[in-house]
Amino acid sequence: MNTVLVGVDGSDSSRRAMAFACERARQLDLELLVVHVIPWSPYSFNTPTENEHRHAQKQFEIEAAQEQVVSPACALAEEAGVPVEGVVRHGDPVDLLLDLAKGKEVSHIVVGRTGDSRMRRVVFGSTPGHLVQLAPVPVTVVP
Amino acid sequence: MSAASVVAPLAIDDAISDFVTPISDFVVGIVFYAVPFFGTELPLIVAWLVCGATFFTVYLGFQNIRGFKHAIDLVRGRYSDPDDHGEVSHFQALATAVSGTVGLGNIAGVAVAISLGGPGATFWMILAGFLGMSAKMAECTLGVKYRHEHADGSVSGGPMYYLRDGIARIGMPRFGKFLAAFFAICCIGGALGGGNMFQSNQATAQIISVTGGADSPLAGLKFVVGLVFAIAVGLVIIGGIKSIAKVTEKIVPFMAVLYITACLIVIFGNAGAVPTAFGQIVSGAFSPEGMAGGFIGVLLVGFQRAAFSNEAGIGSASIAHSAVRTKEPATEGFVSLLEPFIDTIVICTMTALTIVITGAWNDPSAEGLDGVNLTSRAFESVLPWFPNVLAVAVILFAFSTMISWSYYGMKATGYLFGDSVRAELVFKVVFCTFVVIGATMSLDPVIGFSDAMIFAMSIANLIGLYLLAKVLRAEVTGYLSRVRSGEFARVK
Repeated sequence: MNTVLVGVDGSDSSRRAMAFACERARQLDLELLVVHVIPWSPYSFNTPTENEHRHAQKQFEIEAAQEQVVSPACALAEEAGVPVEGVVRHGDPVDLLLDLAKGKEVSHIVVGRTGDSRMRRVVFGSTPGHLVQLAPVPVTVVP
Repeated sequence: MSAASVVAPLAIDDAISDFVTPISDFVVGIVFYAVPFFGTELPLIVAWLVCGATFFTVYLGFQNIRGFKHAIDLVRGRYSDPDDHGEVSHFQALATAVSGTVGLGNIAGVAVAISLGGPGATFWMILAGFLGMSAKMAECTLGVKYRHEHADGSVSGGPMYYLRDGIARIGMPRFGKFLAAFFAICCIGGALGGGNMFQSNQATAQIISVTGGADSPLAGLKFVVGLVFAIAVGLVIIGGIKSIAKVTEKIVPFMAVLYITACLIVIFGNAGAVPTAFGQIVSGAFSPEGMAGGFIGVLLVGFQRAAFSNEAGIGSASIAHSAVRTKEPATEGFVSLLEPFIDTIVICTMTALTIVITGAWNDPSAEGLDGVNLTSRAFESVLPWFPNVLAVAVILFAFSTMISWSYYGMKATGYLFGDSVRAELVFKVVFCTFVVIGATMSLDPVIGFSDAMIFAMSIANLIGLYLLAKVLRAEVTGYLSRVRSGEFARVK
């Protein structure tokens, strides 16, 4: 159990979370699993045209996320000499991060603090908030 | 408003009606060729559909009952591979197909059935819905099995492809191509008829009805109402304005829930009348009073309206279901059998109960009301404000059905013209023109024409399904054995 899962979304706070995780990983000789989740629900309503192009759209979204979010984050870890693996998935961010944490025997989760509005927090809660409450391992939320 | 400005649009309305009615009559005469049958006229096409649905119900071993729970599990994602997250889910494919079918057939079509055949027509609608589940399963399984994947990763599926490629594989390539082309041509006609003119016609009627009926300031301006619809449809399908389609796709499920809730309020509000209503539905099904052709007459009315509402055996939904990503085509077949269930057995029955319970169907003051207006009258007697909500629901249902059918028609055009963008654009422009035509015509020629074109699709589709029945059954039984052996296992 020497893997740290870092949830990234391309925001400033997620960059700070990545820097924090790199620092710890370097000091404690840990590996990083960098994950970006593209929010997606199997229960949304689509037009037929959207469905027709969905497969191509999925590939496009994954490539864009890899290029713009995950690769820069991984580059940061590699610069620090930390072993790193990047993953892009579709789904519910909280559920997927938890599944990955359980499946990959992760010892620690690091995420950035999301700047959701009060309304969104009341209605949906925030990703870090849910993780803190549900994760089987310690969670660090980086401001 | 000056007299001249009222007269001019009226003249346009009449001119369009006069021009289209003979064409409509001609097409109806061919598709609905009827033979005398126990004192009534039996349109052969209705028998054709019922036989097809019954055949697949028996041939696939009553999957509409035995596979029902499995279908629900699939929609709930219990068998969905996590690697397929981000693709079109079973739920999404079903929802898209349902929003193409749930529409005026459920509101206006049921009213038409009851005003023609009495409460007993409901019984036959439910039975037709039940049988239709198997026909739908057959066409959607094959739709996914033989779909065509393009270089850019997009997919095209539906009867055109299984008719061409499936039948080619059993050694009749030329016949398959012929059926596929015949289907595609009828699909374009069906898209312009039931998928478009009938929708815009009833939506316009509803707008005029809630704004004051014959005294409505819009009464002579159907042409203008149709034009507004055409522009809205054009913005989505030609202009690619996704936001309008997105909004509709989100509001339609909400309206469907609201509609069912209103039905339940009416039904529970008259709970005492429910047993009588069921009695009328059952007794009316077998021994209708004052109905031409007796019980066969009612049966035909019920079956015809059910087929028009849930489109089982017609082949249209297969085009929408083909977009789902799955290694097992049969999964989408199972999911699709929920479609006639939701559409006909649940929603149509709700409408029928509402009309029968409130007595709107034999209310002398409601004489002469047809289609949506009869349904509206039924709701009005319990929820006086509901006709306004119903009008909004009708407009949205009509709109989403038009968008879905424009897609079906476009795919058929694409099939015929080698996915030519120009041909698809021409189709879209024609489609918008027909929105205006549909709005201006009186109901009868519109219903006739829309029924005729949609039913004609089933001729090619069902021949193909019979020819491919062995392939289909092998697919379904193979899949079921993989489910039983655990090779295709639940993931949650």
